[in-house]
Amino acid sequence: MEWLNVLIQGSLLGGLYALFAIGLSLSFGIMRLVNIAHGDLIVLCAYVALIVVQGTGLDPVSSLIIVLPVMFVAGYLLQRGLLNFTLEGGLLPPLLVTFGISVIIQNALLLGFGAYTHRLQQGAIETQSLVLPGDIAIGVYPVIIFAVAVLSIAGLQLLFFKTKIGRAFRAASDDADTAELMGINKRHLFALAMAIAMIFTALAAVLFAIRTNFDPASGPTRLILAFEAVIIGGLGSMWGTLIGGMILGIAQAVGAALSPTWQILAGHLAFLVILIILPSGLFPRTRD
Amino acid sequence: MSTVQVARSTRASRIFTPLALVVLLALATLPYWGGPGDMRLVAEMAYYLALAMLWNLLAGYAGLVSVGQQAYVGLGAYAFFYLTGSVGMHVYPAMALAGPIAGLISIPVAFAVFRLRGHYFAIGTWVVAESFALGASLIEELGAGSGMSLTPKIVRQVASSRSDRETVEYWMSLGICVIVFAVVYLILRSRNGLALTAIRDSEPASSSLGVNVFRTKLFIYVATAACTGLVGSLIFLQKLRLSPEAGFSINDWTVVVIFMVVVGGIGTIEGPIIGMLIYIILRELLADFGSFYLILMGAIAVLIMLKAPGGVWGLISHRYGLQLFPVGRRLILDKTPK
Repeated sequence: MEWLNVLIQGSLLGGLYALFAIGLSLSFGIMRLVNIAHGDLIVLCAYVALIVVQGTGLDPVSSLIIVLPVMFVAGYLLQRGLLNFTLEGGLLPPLLVTFGISVIIQNALLLGFGAYTHRLQQGAIETQSLVLPGDIAIGVYPVIIFAVAVLSIAGLQLLFFKTKIGRAFRAASDDADTAELMGINKRHLFALAMAIAMIFTALAAVLFAIRTNFDPASGPTRLILAFEAVIIGGLGSMWGTLIGGMILGIAQAVGAALSPTWQILAGHLAFLVILIILPSGLFPRTRD
Repeated sequence: MSTVQVARSTRASRIFTPLALVVLLALATLPYWGGPGDMRLVAEMAYYLALAMLWNLLAGYAGLVSVGQQAYVGLGAYAFFYLTGSVGMHVYPAMALAGPIAGLISIPVAFAVFRLRGHYFAIGTWVVAESFALGASLIEELGAGSGMSLTPKIVRQVASSRSDRETVEYWMSLGICVIVFAVVYLILRSRNGLALTAIRDSEPASSSLGVNVFRTKLFIYVATAACTGLVGSLIFLQKLRLSPEAGFSINDWTVVVIFMVVVGGIGTIEGPIIGMLIYIILRELLADFGSFYLILMGAIAVLIMLKAPGGVWGLISHRYGLQLFPVGRRLILDKTPK
């Protein structure tokens, strides 16, 4: 019964990792851009939410009314004003530019907020739990995060396969240059994709910041978790990313059950083992 | 009919190579005319230059953009501390073994991370480095989370007095920098180097001409890891204390190094030297500003990548056609009619 508990807690944790991964997965899927600053953008979103919460007195979840549009615009401008210029000319420019952005965000946050840890307070819901048959207690909040992850992915699938803009995204993903010949404005479309990616990044950030402490240096770990979820699931498959996140969460939960210090390392080891056995992940779709 | 000649050296390289030797000799005598502060700075420049040349070989020539080279700095340092402290080996053989140990460990790592392509390779190497850091913090024999220190007894094996030790360690830094330079230079001038340059310019084309891309990259990855491990053992001989965070620090051993190579000029042998000098000058000027200086460094790197992807050296060599080290090949057409 104890292991069933570990399995459930780990899977729920995987929902958060899948949310972390959506933004990374979108920017890779559509622009072939691997955003090294993704983790730092998550942390930046958490700080934006912190400012809104402190400034307006809203609770963290309600602060999303302001945080989401702000980050949508920020994402659009980031892609249109900077990242679009890195996409021609091979591997290094996007990698090193996002690496530079990562250094800038981390140190700007350090300058503005200091190295203190922060946390967003949502109130009673953080500690409520449900008791399942067999005496397994699960937190309400992790269940909510998992549900948000599932709904987000389902929503993105609808966007991609049922709407006109979704068709444009898929066309750009398959062959951006040909899509441009068909009358798609690549620069605008890519900026829009990053804006949408930032919506999910901000959503993930607020849910994460209610659950865990964060500080200016928290970004890289989030990037690595998101990256592992994407690779385990297989590039370009959103549901694969969810499964990847769950596998990662379960590996960490098993590691933590053996010894608390093993949690993160167990996740990395699971990732490396899967990488060796199944180099393209469980459900690969995109070719790079 | 004109004859065609392939030349390796240029006039600039014939002038510059002796000049570089003079500078090196002048630096080697620094202990006799400079203070301990100067020696520490030059030693730091030497090991950063070594790391920058190695990362440049990996990323600039072999296209293996790793952000996990701190793994091998840490592994080399841990191997060195373990061999001297726990096994009781003398400092010099332990240091000679640190490199090969890092190289040996890099072989299975290569087989895992080589499955990832491009950007994903970069983050994959980072995961590996994180795993080594976490692993080191779990192993009691390696001091777990609090790390290890070199005992005075071990340190005295280098030299008994403090000033002698600083001099010897200074020469070791210069020596290792020269060794790494020689290794990189010889690799670039060898058959493997030719294959490497071909891979850098076009992977499919070089592969269709019979270059074994996987084997060449594996060779470079392992050679770089071994040299990085050697440099790591030297760095922490000077620091005397090793912890998982310090040994496997991505900021100290990879971010800074990438900055140097990118700003100086990636994929050239001159770039890391110029980038290292620019980094050290900026740091000495701006270190008082704390986080602000790191923001500036990040902004400079972004700007260089967008506006001058060849870095500072790229701008210079493009404009004046200079090449300071004879690693390239030039076609000279003999115009005299036969």
